[in-house]
Amino acid sequence: MNFDDLFGHFGQHTVDGLSKGAIYALIALGYTLVYGVLRLINFAHSEVFMVGTFAVLGLWTAFGVENNPPIGQAILFLVLGLIVAAIASGGTALAIERIAYRPLRRKNAPPLIFLITAIGVSLVLVEVFGLLLPRLLGGAVPSMFSRERIILGMPTILEQKTVIEIAGIEINNIQLIVFVSVLAMMAALDWFINRTRYGRGVRAVAQNPETAALMGVNQERVIMLIFVLGGIMAGAAALLWSMRFGITQSSIGFVLGLKAFTAAVLGGIGNLRGALVGGLFLGLVEVYGATLFSSEWEDVIAFVVLVVVLMFRPTGLLGESLGRARA
Amino acid sequence: MIDKIRSLDRRRVGALGGIGERWRALPKWQRRLAGVALIVFVYCLPWLGKLPGNLVVPGLNNLRTDSIDGGSNWAGVLFTCAVYVLVAVGLNVVIGLAGLLDLGYIGFFAIGAYSVGLFGSVNSPVVKWFQREFDLPQTWAVTWAICAMLALVLTLISGVLLGWPTLRLRGDYLAIVTLGFGEIIRIVARNSESLTNGPQGISAIPGPEGPPSTDNQLFGLVDVKPWYWLAITVVVVMVFAVRRLEHSRVGRAWLAVREDEDAAAVMGVYPFKFKLWAFAIGAALGGLAGMLFASRYAFIDPTQFNVNLSILFVAMVVVGGSGNMVGVSLGAVLLAYLPERFREIADYRWLAFGLAMVLVMILRPQGLIPSRRRTRELKDRAAEAEEAPAHV
Repeated sequence: MNFDDLFGHFGQHTVDGLSKGAIYALIALGYTLVYGVLRLINFAHSEVFMVGTFAVLGLWTAFGVENNPPIGQAILFLVLGLIVAAIASGGTALAIERIAYRPLRRKNAPPLIFLITAIGVSLVLVEVFGLLLPRLLGGAVPSMFSRERIILGMPTILEQKTVIEIAGIEINNIQLIVFVSVLAMMAALDWFINRTRYGRGVRAVAQNPETAALMGVNQERVIMLIFVLGGIMAGAAALLWSMRFGITQSSIGFVLGLKAFTAAVLGGIGNLRGALVGGLFLGLVEVYGATLFSSEWEDVIAFVVLVVVLMFRPTGLLGESLGRARA
Repeated sequence: MIDKIRSLDRRRVGALGGIGERWRALPKWQRRLAGVALIVFVYCLPWLGKLPGNLVVPGLNNLRTDSIDGGSNWAGVLFTCAVYVLVAVGLNVVIGLAGLLDLGYIGFFAIGAYSVGLFGSVNSPVVKWFQREFDLPQTWAVTWAICAMLALVLTLISGVLLGWPTLRLRGDYLAIVTLGFGEIIRIVARNSESLTNGPQGISAIPGPEGPPSTDNQLFGLVDVKPWYWLAITVVVVMVFAVRRLEHSRVGRAWLAVREDEDAAAVMGVYPFKFKLWAFAIGAALGGLAGMLFASRYAFIDPTQFNVNLSILFVAMVVVGGSGNMVGVSLGAVLLAYLPERFREIADYRWLAFGLAMVLVMILRPQGLIPSRRRTRELKDRAAEAEEAPAHV
C-alpha cells in the first residue's frame, strides 16, 4: 500500500486518471447508445474500436508519417486520422448491425442469442485483423502489417510535452487534446440527441418502440443511426488512443471494451452523460488503485468496481435513461 | 443461397427428427442395449482403425489424427475430446438448462486445475508451506484422490461465491461479469507468485498413481490411453448424473426459470436458488475437467487459461445445441477433433469458431442437434415477432 505516492502526487494522478477515463468514456458511449435503444449489449463494440486503430495505423503508414512531423503536418494527419477512423469504425458498426443483428431482430431472438452472436462477431474481427489480413496482404505492405498478432507500433505524431503547470500538476499537450476533444464530442452528441429531429427519433424509439413506429419514426433508420454514432465515437477514441499510446494489436479491444462497458454501467447504461461520468470515474479509480497496489492489478480493480456497482447500484451513478425520456 | 441452405437444413432436421422419434419409440431394453454398445464403442476408440497387433483398417485409419504428417497422438486427442465433453456437459447445465450465459467458465476450469496443482504437487508454494509448518518430509503432498475431491469442492464454492452477488443481475450483465471473472482468475494466478508460482507455473502435478515418474504402471506421460479411459469414465458417470438431474424436480425448475422467470416464481419456484444450483453444479463439472487436464499434463501455468478458451467452450455448447446433451457432446468433439485432424485449418480455427457461432445463431439458433423444448421456445418467439412486427 503506497499511500505516500498517492497523496504526495494526488493532483498529478488525478489528471492522469481523467485523461485515461476520457477515452473509456468515448468507447462507453457506443455501448450506452445501443443499449439505450435496443436493450442489447453490443459485445462487438470493442472490435469496432480496434478497427479504428488499425485504420489510423494504415493511414499513417500509407503516407509514411515520420516521428515528430512539423506541427502543420501533425494537425493534418490528426484530422485525416479522425475522418478515416470514424469512417472505418462507423462502417464496421453498421456492417455488424446489418449482417449479424438484423436477422436476429426479425426473429425476435432471446437476448442470449444476440450476445452469443456478438461474441462470435468479435472473435471473427479479431482473427481477421490478427491473422487473415496479415497473411492476405503478405509482402504488399510494410513489414509491420504482415506479421501475425504482434503489437504494432505507430509513428509518434506529437511529442509529449508539458503545456500547463499549476501548483506542480503537469498537464501535457496530449492530455489537453484528449480532454478538449472528448468534451467537444460529448457536447456535440448530447446536442444531437437532445436537440435535433433525429435525436428526438432516437429518444422516441428508446422510450417505446411501438409508439414511436406509430408516430412515424423509422425504427430501422434510428437503429442504424445509433450504431453509426457509436462507431464514430469509437473511431475518435481510436485516434486519441493512437496519438497517446502509439500502439495497437488485434486483441486490443478485449480489455478496453470490458473497461468501457464497466464505465457505461458505472454511469448508468443508456445514459449519455452517465458514460462520461462513469468513464472519468473509472479512470480515476484505476490510477489511484494502481498507485496504491501495483499496476499489474489495474484490470482487477476495474472488474471489482464493476461487480460492486452492479451489486449496490445496478442503475449506475446517474441512473439508466437515454435522454430524459425513459422512465 | 441462404434460402437454399435453409431448405436443405430443414430437410436434414426432418430426417434427424424422425430418428429421434423412432429412437424414443423403441422398447426400453433395446435403447439400453444401444446405450451400452455406444459406451463400449467409445471405450474402444483408441484402437479405431488400428487394432492391437498392428492390424490397420484402411478406411477407419484415416480418421485418426496420427495418420497425417506430424499429427498428434490419437489417444491424446481423444483425451482432450473427453475433457471438452465434460466441460460442455457442465456448461450445458448453466447455459442450456438454466439459460445463464457464463463466459468465464475457464475460470472454474483453472480453479480445478490449480487445486490439484497447489495441493498435490511438491513444487507448489502451498505444499511447501504445509511441509514447513508441520515438519513434514520433502516428499509429502496431498494424494490425488483427495485433491480431486478438493477440486470439486473448491470449484463448487467458487461457483456459489461468484453466483451469489451476480445471479441477481439481468442475464446480459451476468455474461460480462463472468467474462471479467475468467480474466481475473488468470491475472491472479499470474500475479500472486507466493501462492501459485506466478508465470513459472506448477510442475509435477500428480495423477492417480502419484507424481509423474517412469515407475508409473498406468498413468504415465507416454501412453495416454489410460488417461482417456479415466476421463471417459468420469464423463459417463457425470452424463448419467446430469441426466438424472435434468429429469428431476431441479431440472424442471431450471427449464421453468429459463423460459419465464416471473412465471416460475409465481408457481413457487424460487429462481435465485435454482440458478445458484445450476451455476455451482456447472462450476464443479468445469473444475473436474480442469483437474483431469492438469493431472494429465502434470504442468500448468496461467497462459493455458486464457479467455479464448472460455469462448470456445460457449461455442461448443451453442453450436452443438444447447440443452441437448448429445448435441453439446457432439459440439465439443467436433471443435476439439477437427483442428487436430485437419491441420491445414488449425491456424484458422478461431476464425472458424467465430464464424460458426454467428452462422449457427442466425440460421439455426437451436444448434446442430437441438433440444426439442428449446426449438419450440424459439419458434414461439419468432411467431410472436410475426404477429407484432413493430416490436424490437
